[in-house]
Amino acid sequence: MTAGMTARRRAGERARQARFGLVLRAEWTKIRTVRGWVIGMIVAALVTVALGLLSSLATHSHCFARPGQACPGPGSIVGPGGEPVSDGYYFVRQPLAGNGSITAKVTSLAGLITYPPDHPNAIVSGVVPWAKAGVIIEPSTRQGSAYAAVMVTGSHGVRMQYNYTSDLAGLPGGVSAASPRWLRLTRSGDTLTGYQSADGTHWTEIGAVTLAGLPVTVQAGLFVASPSYVFTTPGFGGGFAGHLTQATAVFDHVSLQDKAARGTWAGGGVGVIPGGPALARGGLKESAGRFTVTRTGDIAPLAGVGRSIEATLQGTFAGLIVVIVLGVMFVTAEYRRGLIRTTLAASPRRGQVLAAKAIVIGSVSFVAGLVGAAAVVPLGEHILRAHGVYLHPVSTLTGLRVIAGTGALLAVTAILALAVGVMLRRSAGAVTAVIVATVLPLVLAISNVLPAGATDWLLRLTPAAAFAIQQDVPQYSQVIAAYTVTRGYYPLTPWAGFAVLCGYAALALILAAVLLRKRAA
Amino acid sequence: MTETLGRRGASRCPFGSTRALHAEWTKVRTVAGTFWLLAAAIALTVTVGAAAAATRCPAGLACPVDTARLTLTGVQLGQALIATLAVLVISSEYSTGMIRITLTAMPRRPAMLAAKAVVLVGLVLAAGAVAVAGSVLAGRVILPGHGFTAARSFPPLSPGDGPVLRAAAGSVLYLALIALLSLGIATIIRDAAAAIGVVLGLLYLPPLIAAVLASNPQWQHQIERYAPMNAGLTIQDTTGLHNLPISPWGGLGVLATWAAALLTGGLMLWLRDA
Repeated sequence: MTAGMTARRRAGERARQARFGLVLRAEWTKIRTVRGWVIGMIVAALVTVALGLLSSLATHSHCFARPGQACPGPGSIVGPGGEPVSDGYYFVRQPLAGNGSITAKVTSLAGLITYPPDHPNAIVSGVVPWAKAGVIIEPSTRQGSAYAAVMVTGSHGVRMQYNYTSDLAGLPGGVSAASPRWLRLTRSGDTLTGYQSADGTHWTEIGAVTLAGLPVTVQAGLFVASPSYVFTTPGFGGGFAGHLTQATAVFDHVSLQDKAARGTWAGGGVGVIPGGPALARGGLKESAGRFTVTRTGDIAPLAGVGRSIEATLQGTFAGLIVVIVLGVMFVTAEYRRGLIRTTLAASPRRGQVLAAKAIVIGSVSFVAGLVGAAAVVPLGEHILRAHGVYLHPVSTLTGLRVIAGTGALLAVTAILALAVGVMLRRSAGAVTAVIVATVLPLVLAISNVLPAGATDWLLRLTPAAAFAIQQDVPQYSQVIAAYTVTRGYYPLTPWAGFAVLCGYAALALILAAVLLRKRAA
Repeated sequence: MTETLGRRGASRCPFGSTRALHAEWTKVRTVAGTFWLLAAAIALTVTVGAAAAATRCPAGLACPVDTARLTLTGVQLGQALIATLAVLVISSEYSTGMIRITLTAMPRRPAMLAAKAVVLVGLVLAAGAVAVAGSVLAGRVILPGHGFTAARSFPPLSPGDGPVLRAAAGSVLYLALIALLSLGIATIIRDAAAAIGVVLGLLYLPPLIAAVLASNPQWQHQIERYAPMNAGLTIQDTTGLHNLPISPWGGLGVLATWAAALLTGGLMLWLRDA
């Protein structure tokens, strides 16, 4: 009895699956056999490629150097992870042979900021949030070499940073003679461990890092750097400016625990630009164990400059408009010709029809986007490099995410368009609604009208958030830079942005299914 | 027969016969979508304008912002709905087969298209005036509370101010020209979805392309001078006038040229395939 019921239920399940298979096949036949759909999808891929190539051809080499830094051209400073980095600072150093540690007490961090927005013609005293002063150990003073450092910062407390991209938080708060910070970095084999203390007796560990292949003798010492003051030109237009700054730190109780004989401290700038402004040079004053070190510069990944493979995908907007039109027409054309009545009579489960349509239009759009992106990325990359444009290196996995993500972006947008088409049943209104929701936020974001904060919210809340799936250069919390849409940065992470679009599409599909079931065809 | 001929001879008014105008007005008026689209265009234009005006200029900073242009940001959204309406004026007749009746009753296509254009422009000018007036009013009320005070050389938006009046009146004309441009495209591409896709692509893609061409100022400059939306919206600029890629009225002229060219092209194609 029970077995019979289960068997019957299973048979019913199989029959339902077979029916859905038929519905799916019917929708596939509709799209495959009508020339307009096929041509439309080819056009979607072609415009993606054509506009991408056109904008690549129109792009020429451009030096994005910030004041006081070298032009990040091909072959410039690259960190151990292959990423472009800034590496300029004042270094008071001694060789450290074998295991040992360096300790220093920082009693002051002050500085100068040139031409801040509220005093556009003056050099004022002040410290930028990521001005850095502390102890550092690195295999050599070559720019771009591996390192680990423990430091005080302008307004982010004590940090331990290593190999440019990693940043760990320590004690919060600023530094002063009344509230100094003790910093220590110990080396044991290939492992460097950072410690901090407020009083020089109670120490806490911040973190540890293993720098593989660390030579026996490394360079250990004090460093000071102060990155450019980057600010949005008051709110509007997302305009950014970067101005030279300088930091001065006072160290005492400096000690190097070393098995070898104690040498003397040698000071010098790393990454000094010949002929740079006097303010950029920096220096060292030493008296009775007090070291006063001054310098501009930064030890950090380079961000907000240059382009990446994402720059070749400008045609996505055009491809997107084409698939929106096709997605809407995939259902509104049936309403117009009355074919929808035949479709719904043939498969009365309307939810299944909607699902089948979504799967078919989504898959076809995905292929169009994937093919378009897979063609334009290598071609555009080749053109840009031939034009001398520096492109950020992008890992294979990220490259695949960007290309497949472009396909997924087109697919989910086409499904959204389909669902809105079912809801409105009028093609013009549906096309306008979806284009306005997905493309207009970007138009507003790049126009010089809205303030930066407002554009960030536009790109978080609207389906346009999904363009974040094309972002392939990381945004670093420890680097203040021009993270704007025109430079390929979005306010949400790639997958979070894509999820926003998926959310809209899912909501629209549910509404469409409900309306399709309720309304007469 | 004689009566028909007599009527035809009598209706040599420049925009086709008053009967044609009356017929188009009745068609547009009795379709529910028209007023929904116009109402939505007004509401969205004002809402976006008010939201944009609600941005703050922090104390102690100089905000190099064009307050007139900021409050008229909503036009960039409102134009999409105006374009939809314009496309539907033609394409809905094709999708319902109504066009056969229209052409039987009014065989002179230029007259019919002119009648459509006149009715459409009339409606858009009326709705555009309400939307722009609402936006300017919203800006006038909202801006001073957000740091854009007269003391910091942001006088309250006033139609008595020459450039502000030009930006406001020009935005209304801009919307009317967008309607004509869309009508022209819809005459060429009769499918509503494809036509509106082409219109919005023509409007929105050039600014997106221009934005990434920072390294190529010549191309950027050309796009800003000749793309319909970029050029047309220079009519909204009231500050930095010596730095514009094209003069405000010149920009609107570029958009008018686009609209005229597309309408003429559409009409010529239409006459050929009679």
